[in-house]
Amino acid sequence: MATDWNTLWPVLLDSVGQTLWMVAATLVVGGFLGLLLGIALYITRAGGIVPNRVVHTVLNVVVNIVRPIPFIIFITAIGPVTIAVVGTQLGTGAATFALIAAATFGISRIVEQNLVTIDPGVIEAARAMGASPWRIVTTLLVPEALGPLILGYTFVFVAVVDMSAVAGAIGGGGLGDFAIVYGYQRFDWAVTGVAVAIIVVLVQVAQFTGNRLARRVLRRG
Amino acid sequence: MSPLIEFRGVTKSFGGPPVLDGIDLTVEAGEVFAVIGHSGAGKSTLVRLVNALEKVTSGSVLVDGVDLTTLSERGLREVRLGIGMVFQQFNLLRSRTVFGNIAYPLRVAGWAKADRERRVTELLHFVGLADKAWQYPDQLSGGQKQRVGIARALATNPRVLLADEATSALDPETTAEVLRLLKRVNTEFGVTIVVITHEMEVVREIADRVAVLESGRVVEHGTLHEVFTAPRERTTKRFVETVLRARPDADGLAQLRERHPGTLVTAQVRDGSRVGAVLSDAGRHGVRFEVVHGGVKELGAASFGSLTLELVGADAGVVAVVAGLRAVTEVEELG
Repeated sequence: MATDWNTLWPVLLDSVGQTLWMVAATLVVGGFLGLLLGIALYITRAGGIVPNRVVHTVLNVVVNIVRPIPFIIFITAIGPVTIAVVGTQLGTGAATFALIAAATFGISRIVEQNLVTIDPGVIEAARAMGASPWRIVTTLLVPEALGPLILGYTFVFVAVVDMSAVAGAIGGGGLGDFAIVYGYQRFDWAVTGVAVAIIVVLVQVAQFTGNRLARRVLRRG
Repeated sequence: MSPLIEFRGVTKSFGGPPVLDGIDLTVEAGEVFAVIGHSGAGKSTLVRLVNALEKVTSGSVLVDGVDLTTLSERGLREVRLGIGMVFQQFNLLRSRTVFGNIAYPLRVAGWAKADRERRVTELLHFVGLADKAWQYPDQLSGGQKQRVGIARALATNPRVLLADEATSALDPETTAEVLRLLKRVNTEFGVTIVVITHEMEVVREIADRVAVLESGRVVEHGTLHEVFTAPRERTTKRFVETVLRARPDADGLAQLRERHPGTLVTAQVRDGSRVGAVLSDAGRHGVRFEVVHGGVKELGAASFGSLTLELVGADAGVVAVVAGLRAVTEVEELG
């Protein structure tokens, strides 16, 4: 059976659009929420800027519970919450919500780990100048860890592309779904190959951009 | 002079045995006060009590008459604006330029942009880094980084500067340069400086008064001259000997004796002690002398040190020369 590209082409374009939308929305919203959660984890830890054992333990446990759940299970298990927030547990919107939720917790750990690499002496110097914890959070933490953070977010981008391939499980579409429905299930290796190639290009572009940005930031610092 | 910083019965522990135990010290306005001790003696903790980066366990610390233990965190931040701090590892913000680093405390203190720029430019000239304003810390040498650290610490015109091992990461030449800069900060701006160090050479170069810290206690303190010329405690004597090779140690003495069969004596040298005059008379007693060990350094305005001499001649002559030395200074006969 020859591949009918005339029919498939619009579907493929739609799928690329869905993947890009899901990944972009996840990186922006999940990236921001994950940054906040990561900063909260970092500053409340023992010896941190505003140590708070209770808050830290709660956040830590929640992150540890959510993070190891395989995304294919998470995306279905979070269904009731998705319905409450998005109104449906099917479609690209619902998949994006699940992606954002999962990514927030994953990103928070990466943010926390990168902030830990900041020299405590620099934070002490800021405290010695009379800087408040709020000022240290807003003007010092992210700039000082920017290089590693960019690399961390680049890593997250690749992970989110990977996760987004599962969106088909709840009718979210995207390139992963395209590859399975039109390629794998129809024994059409050409279609699978095209989907894979597009994802590879996407990831390469992201990794290349992230590396360049990080190098530029790290060179000055 | 009036006390600017006061420690009253200060004890500090981090849960275990006390790191600082019963500290009573006064730092006068306008002086350079050094705290010397080996690592683990508690000196870094001591200096952090002054800007309340660490809190006392008991006792109190007063800065400019204000008891820090009575202040809220917000109140302490106000106090910190008036106290600059310089660190061993410089602790510059790597993400900001030299200009940005020096401007940072001014932002914290809420200075307007134009004032910040004027002040940073002024400080860059003071520390001699005007041409490095737009470089990042990683592009600077250690000495340059510490000059940025000093400029940053001075930005808000503090009355007190805390220097925590500020030269310990630097080579001797750069150390001297940074110490000269600190001395200028003290004399030109009248900033009171508390220097924490484990090097007696740093104390000799810069301090007016010095406290010796050992296992969390002040074992000895006094003016630079007192502590150098008449150290009482063993720790202090050891520190003094790192700067002035006062007398040869046991091994050194044994080696000296092999090469110098004559009578060995160690004479203290002070301003006006006229050791040289006595020695120039030695020939009249038929005694030759040789300087075999020792050193003399300037200490503030005075000179201070010791010389170990080999005296060769008839017994009576040697006794006469030793007596002559004893008349002008302290002499120790090494046999």
